[in-house]
Amino acid sequence: MHKLLTENPGEKMILLGNEAIARGAIEAGVAFATTYPGTPSSELSLNLFQMSQESDLYFEYGTNEKVALEVASGAANSGLRTMCMMKHVGLNVAADPLMTLAYVGVTGGFVILTADDPFMFSSQNEQDNRYYGKLSGLPILEPSSVEEAKEMVPYAFDLSEKLKEPVLLRTTTRINHSTGVVTLGEIRPRVTKGDFKKDPFNYVTVPAVSRKLHVRLLENIEKATEISQKSEYNFIKGDGAWGIVCNGVSYSYVADAVKELNIEDKAKILRIGFSCPMPETLIKDFLKGCEKVLIVEEGEPYMEEAIKAFGQEEGLTLPINGKGKELLSRLYEFDPAMIRQCVATYFGVPYTRPVLPDISDVPEMPQRPPNLCAGCSHRATYYAVKKAAEEEGVETIYPTDIGCYTLGFLPPLSMADYVICMGSSVSSSCGFSKATDKKVISFIGDSTFFHSGMTGLASAVFNNHNFTLVILDNSITAMTGHQPNPGVDMENFNLSGYGRISIEEVVKALGVGHITVIRPYKLKKSIDAIKEAINYKGVSVIISQEMCTLYAKSLKKLKIRSFTVSDKCKNHRDCLNEIACPAFFLEDERVKIDPVTCVGCAVCAQICPENAILPLKNKE
Amino acid sequence: MDTKRLIIVAVGGQGNLLASRVLSEAALLTDIPVRMSEIHGMAQRGGVVESAIVFGDAESNIISDGEADVLVGFEPLETLRALNKVNSKSVVITNLSPLPPFTVSIGRGVYPDLENLQGLIRAKTSKLIAYDGIALAKEAGNVLALNIVLVGSLIQTGILPVTAENVKEIIKTKTKKAFVDTNLKAFDLGFSAAAGA
Ligand code: SF4
Repeated sequence: MHKLLTENPGEKMILLGNEAIARGAIEAGVAFATTYPGTPSSELSLNLFQMSQESDLYFEYGTNEKVALEVASGAANSGLRTMCMMKHVGLNVAADPLMTLAYVGVTGGFVILTADDPFMFSSQNEQDNRYYGKLSGLPILEPSSVEEAKEMVPYAFDLSEKLKEPVLLRTTTRINHSTGVVTLGEIRPRVTKGDFKKDPFNYVTVPAVSRKLHVRLLENIEKATEISQKSEYNFIKGDGAWGIVCNGVSYSYVADAVKELNIEDKAKILRIGFSCPMPETLIKDFLKGCEKVLIVEEGEPYMEEAIKAFGQEEGLTLPINGKGKELLSRLYEFDPAMIRQCVATYFGVPYTRPVLPDISDVPEMPQRPPNLCAGCSHRATYYAVKKAAEEEGVETIYPTDIGCYTLGFLPPLSMADYVICMGSSVSSSCGFSKATDKKVISFIGDSTFFHSGMTGLASAVFNNHNFTLVILDNSITAMTGHQPNPGVDMENFNLSGYGRISIEEVVKALGVGHITVIRPYKLKKSIDAIKEAINYKGVSVIISQEMCTLYAKSLKKLKIRSFTVSDKCKNHRDCLNEIACPAFFLEDERVKIDPVTCVGCAVCAQICPENAILPLKNKE
Repeated sequence: MDTKRLIIVAVGGQGNLLASRVLSEAALLTDIPVRMSEIHGMAQRGGVVESAIVFGDAESNIISDGEADVLVGFEPLETLRALNKVNSKSVVITNLSPLPPFTVSIGRGVYPDLENLQGLIRAKTSKLIAYDGIALAKEAGNVLALNIVLVGSLIQTGILPVTAENVKEIIKTKTKKAFVDTNLKAFDLGFSAAAGA
């Protein structure tokens, strides 16, 4: 049985934040869950996916976040307890349904998890999704720890049912990817069948209906404010005339700082866990009991703006500060020492930070950036495209997209010039190819193609653009940990009852005039096919098909035949310098192949001008 | 309860997640508060992975520069890179068997000299325990047992409020059956290596 289905209230378990949230959902009786995977939220949906295979919980991977949210909204408006989860930028994709679903509301509890990523450990930006609460008028809950994250999920479902609208649960990477001790609670029985009651004057958002619904949303915000005011998740700790308001993981740094600086009798902390709408009266009363207030929140001055406004309304003149040059930054994440220092400085507490070791004499160290796996098919495709473009003598622009293949931007491959968001490879190619005279060749993965590449491609064909799109089809959503997508054979997951879509058929149906499927490990053939595509006037598509090596390995579908560098090697190192496969290493200034890492894609063997790279005969 | 802060650095695939799991499960056995924070995601793509584990009474689960009581490095270059995490009172434990990053092979950087590396760490900390952990893991029966070798050394230092018995208990109950004997041996080898250091 999946460990998160354990029925043993009171048992303590060490759980990853994402597991804790999944457990919270199970305890809340979640019956329907959808997602599009994205770090740092991916393990949450993965656990629900696994549990759905051994229980009556319904789970599905949507083609993108907008789809996932809309699917979930149907279930939530049939009365089921529903959850939809995504990374922060995913909510941008789902923002369209979100904004109007806020008007329409839900009949079953609906929790939307948005996982923010301050410092951008694994993201293209560090936007602060608390503003989505303000923008949509929906409540936001923010846990400060793994334990609390689990507790908050059932609370969020209850709140959603009370207000009859979705609730946003906002985490940050340091919650999702932290581990803590969690005490299991009771599991509420799942209700897996609901009903939809027709009520077009509340559900069909034509202007006349929406005008009425907007009034209701505003009333709901009032109600939510009342609840936020009394919520156990907005609490005051300690006593004193110095006030510190904080949220999320910042609370843990503040709590430690107050203790370490010995100012427990001077400072009180207002922890905001229910942050939209802000608990107005609670904050105003808090301000009145303070001489000076510091606001500690990662990201944008979301609370600070509101708190300053509350102070102004009350005619209070006490200093209220948060973001600023000498104080806290809007950039990246915080850490305990930073907050300790900031609290000490702001309130004038004597404190000298322990001396950091002087590491100025440490020699410069070689970097260790993440790299495409040994034998990754993307490396082969990139090499083939690069060669084809070189041999055709074209000047290129390479818009790329989001996935493992984005790593191809690093030298020596250097095969990425532009990426802003999921799907942007295709559509930005239209702009680049019209605005410049360069040859535009863009890259998109299979999952990203289904996510938001198809619409861009339709637009490109319709507007008669001129570029080559390479679809890197490795039959899985690799980057986030090997999730399915509509092109995946679900038998690999030992699951039946799924459809499967052929990318080639889709591209054909979209009217692309030149389509070639290549097997990237066959370099020569691939290069020839790419040359042809490059010379085609109009939109041409190359579908490069090869299963993700790491995934194939996990399925035991990889027949590994390692290669070795024979003594024919003349040490020009083309292999090493052109494709950067992590299986290569240098020993006594000679290129070697690590037989354990090598998977035998044989790409390097085809590059070597001496034909010196040969299959290892007797594998020890 | 005193707070103890541990940083583990490794290269993706070296099994640091298991090391931190074993340690936190062992802490849970005696109800020692434990919180951990990890950066994964790109771990499987050969990048650096770092776990921070805080034992005892603290709310925070990440560790600021200079504030780790002990640093465990699975790879010597990565141990050196994490030196900003420790201070003059910290203890450092490192495997000495290098995994040169790809950048070295393509001429973008030089792998540091191991003697020099140890000298630098020794000069800036209170104690360095360094040995070829891969050799010990092989001796225990599997290179992948490097993680448990290092856990053995870590427990020997007595810095963490976690006992050898409890760690062994977790190895027996929570690691893969087929590896229990190897892991127990690895633990003892690491423990003795630290005792001799
Ligand atoms: S996980 Fe798959 S797609 Fe990603 S780098 Fe590795 S082999 Fe390539």
